[in-house]
Amino acid sequence: MHEMSLCEGIRRVIEDQARKHNVARIRRVRVEIGRFAGVETGALHFAFDVVMRGSVAEGAELVTLELPGRAMCYDCMKEVEIMDRLDPCPTCGGGKLMPQGGDEMRIKDLEVA
Amino acid sequence: MSQDRLIEIETGILAKNDLYAQANRARLAERSILAVNLVSSPGSGKTTLLCKTIEALGGQPLGVIEGDQQTQNDADRIRATGARAVQVNTGKGCHLDGHMVGHAMDHLDLAPGSLLFIENVGNLVCPAAFDLGEDGKVAILSVTEGEDKPLKYPDMFTAARLAILNKIDLAPHCDVDLDLYEANLRRVNPGIEILRLSARTGEGMADWIDWLRAQLADKSAPEAAE
Ligand SMILES: Nc1nc2c(ncn2[C@@H]2O[C@H](COP(=O)(O)OP(=O)(O)OP(=O)(O)O)[C@@H](O)[C@H]2O)c(=O)[nH]1
Ligand SMILES: [Mg+2]
Ligand SMILES: [Zn+2]
Repeated sequence: MHEMSLCEGIRRVIEDQARKHNVARIRRVRVEIGRFAGVETGALHFAFDVVMRGSVAEGAELVTLELPGRAMCYDCMKEVEIMDRLDPCPTCGGGKLMPQGGDEMRIKDLEVA
Repeated sequence: MSQDRLIEIETGILAKNDLYAQANRARLAERSILAVNLVSSPGSGKTTLLCKTIEALGGQPLGVIEGDQQTQNDADRIRATGARAVQVNTGKGCHLDGHMVGHAMDHLDLAPGSLLFIENVGNLVCPAAFDLGEDGKVAILSVTEGEDKPLKYPDMFTAARLAILNKIDLAPHCDVDLDLYEANLRRVNPGIEILRLSARTGEGMADWIDWLRAQLADKSAPEAAE
């Protein structure tokens, strides 16, 4: 739902970095998105194209890399990896899982044109 | 021109927001101000609960930041209780961010030991991702919204420290299962605290006020007591 403001955040970081490294054009942007970040990648791509217009990353390719979801199981007290937020514990089948990661939203790198 | 074809960044997309949030948190800590971020879907009863809470807290110094896309309505309702309020209109924005809250804090200029309530924009999705520098999020869920809401919008309830099940005065009139609400909340956040409450009748208000006072006491306790 806030993919637009996420892309505005991405644009600010790109512009800061482009100035710092003195580059005029970015060809590719790689972002890492956790499975539990609540980011809809389709909407992110759409917003990216719109928000990057007029910036050094106009027309750049956005690549999204998915990071796994991790959770602490309150039944067996193990940290486990789960695909879906509501999956049971893969170790003990328990249903009391507290997410421990997977909500990451990071810009990994920029490829200069 | 740089020779590098690849610029490694590894920074969070919301890094800028996180910096504003950290600055807010430092300012709040300096003055031992407890900040509570109220999050919920539209109409769950946040403003009604706040008005009743302000009355119940009596002389406790406090201020309110009201976030809505449009209108001054909620800030006006808070001011009618005698409390200080700043309205932030987010326009198209679907959440408050650290920058907006920092500005609003400038306007409120709260005294040390105050309580700061932040009523976020009614939205069960986006406010979960934006740190404001608050001490904790309190999610309000009214009993007519449906028992499955924690499962449908888990992020907000995972991010919250306390969930308030509001409008329990309506429970007898609707087919609601309050225990199922609680079970679903614990499914997405096994550590969450839950209070059942009616802002209308006042049922459960005493527990909520106790919860707030306990958090306030923790916040103003000297570091050595940790
Ligand atoms: N029956 C009943 N109605 C309530 C209760 N709390 C709030 N309401 C009613 O719910 C409606 C919405 O309340 P608000 O306090 O405006 O809700 P809100 O969450 O601040 O709404 P937004 O800021 O617009 O998202 C109003 O008509 C309130 O009178 C309650 O405990 N019981
Ligand atoms: Mg309101
Ligand atoms: Zn387990």
